[in-house]
Amino acid sequence: MNKDIYTKPFFLTNPITVLVLGICSSLAVTVQLKGALVMALSVTIVTACSSLILSLLRNTIPNRVRIIVQLVVVAMFVILIDQFLQAFAYDTSKMLSVYIGLIITNCIIMGRIEAFALGNKPWPSFVDGACNGLGYGMILIIVAFFRELLGSGTLFGYQVIPASWYLENGGWYMNNGLMILPPMALIILGCVVWIQRSIQKELQEK
Amino acid sequence: MEYLNLFIKSIFVDNMVFAFFLGMCSFLAVSKNVKTAAGLGLAVIFVLGITLPLNYLLYEYILKPGALAWLNPNYASIDLSFLSYIVFIATIATFTQIVEMAVEKFAPGLYNSLGIFLPLIAVNCAILGGSLFMKERAYETLGEAFVFGIGSGVGWFLAIVCMAAIREKLAYSKVPAGLKGLGIAFIITGLMGLAFMSFMGIQL
Repeated sequence: MNKDIYTKPFFLTNPITVLVLGICSSLAVTVQLKGALVMALSVTIVTACSSLILSLLRNTIPNRVRIIVQLVVVAMFVILIDQFLQAFAYDTSKMLSVYIGLIITNCIIMGRIEAFALGNKPWPSFVDGACNGLGYGMILIIVAFFRELLGSGTLFGYQVIPASWYLENGGWYMNNGLMILPPMALIILGCVVWIQRSIQKELQEK
Repeated sequence: MEYLNLFIKSIFVDNMVFAFFLGMCSFLAVSKNVKTAAGLGLAVIFVLGITLPLNYLLYEYILKPGALAWLNPNYASIDLSFLSYIVFIATIATFTQIVEMAVEKFAPGLYNSLGIFLPLIAVNCAILGGSLFMKERAYETLGEAFVFGIGSGVGWFLAIVCMAAIREKLAYSKVPAGLKGLGIAFIITGLMGLAFMSFMGIQL
């Protein structure tokens, strides 16, 4: 099996920064690392499993109704994840609110199914789905890292910036409240894209 | 008055793109010129305005905990709300398919200008997001669901048309090589989002 399947989704064809897929349901969950991590894992599981199932079914689905079949398979996995989170991680599930449900319309999943799973054997499709999910998760975690660190001075909820630095304790530091607002996620993402394209010059647009 | 408040609120304060990042994929992909952006925006308003009330009825009379009581009082304990994702997306996908076929048959001119966007709409997160927000915020009447749907659609339309207009002008400006295209589009969306945040303090 080609080893490109493993490495490409992280850099050269990263779903977010290069293919521009799956931005919709992702940016609002990057205020805290915890939410981003849960979202990244959920998307990885859904993408990998639905790629596997649809790859197994690829020769039996009539072409005209394939979108609806895909949506049903994806929705089934999303319901499983949603029920699981509600049962075992209720707070996180409340925090992610509608964005778990929106995994269904996450373009990465449909994109990978259409572009890869429908034309390849089950195991490579599974790997491709998983790696794309992880490539997506990587970007989410980078964005969430900066937003949580600069916005609330914590990582995974633990205080990282020493409390004595803060203004109210006689120090000089203040959290940047702007980082918590949704638009900053886009600006950080813009910077991530900028850095990546400065290193990998072949990705630059004319 | 309540309807008007909800309408204004869903356009500006709870803007689908700038406050919730919904429909971002097509927002970034189709905002390269104003005309196509406006076409897609209109299609989104239309589909949101119809699927939201449809999903509202389905949720209210079939899926909600105890919703089946109107069939038979014994069914009052049934809770089908875990099925809502699959039902909502099926409604949306079916509806877009029907609209696509109807438009193709009765208005070929419109189909040619809109055609490619209609199937795209089925997987536009703004549409499913609208239905999920409707469920989560528990809108009480069919009218509210309808007004919320139209309002969010108009908000999305406004956002994509503004974005397309800015990107058309941007073609003449000097952007650092690494930021060209996608990078600058993200940053502009972020800045527009900051501008839209000024509506947040408004009490309606």
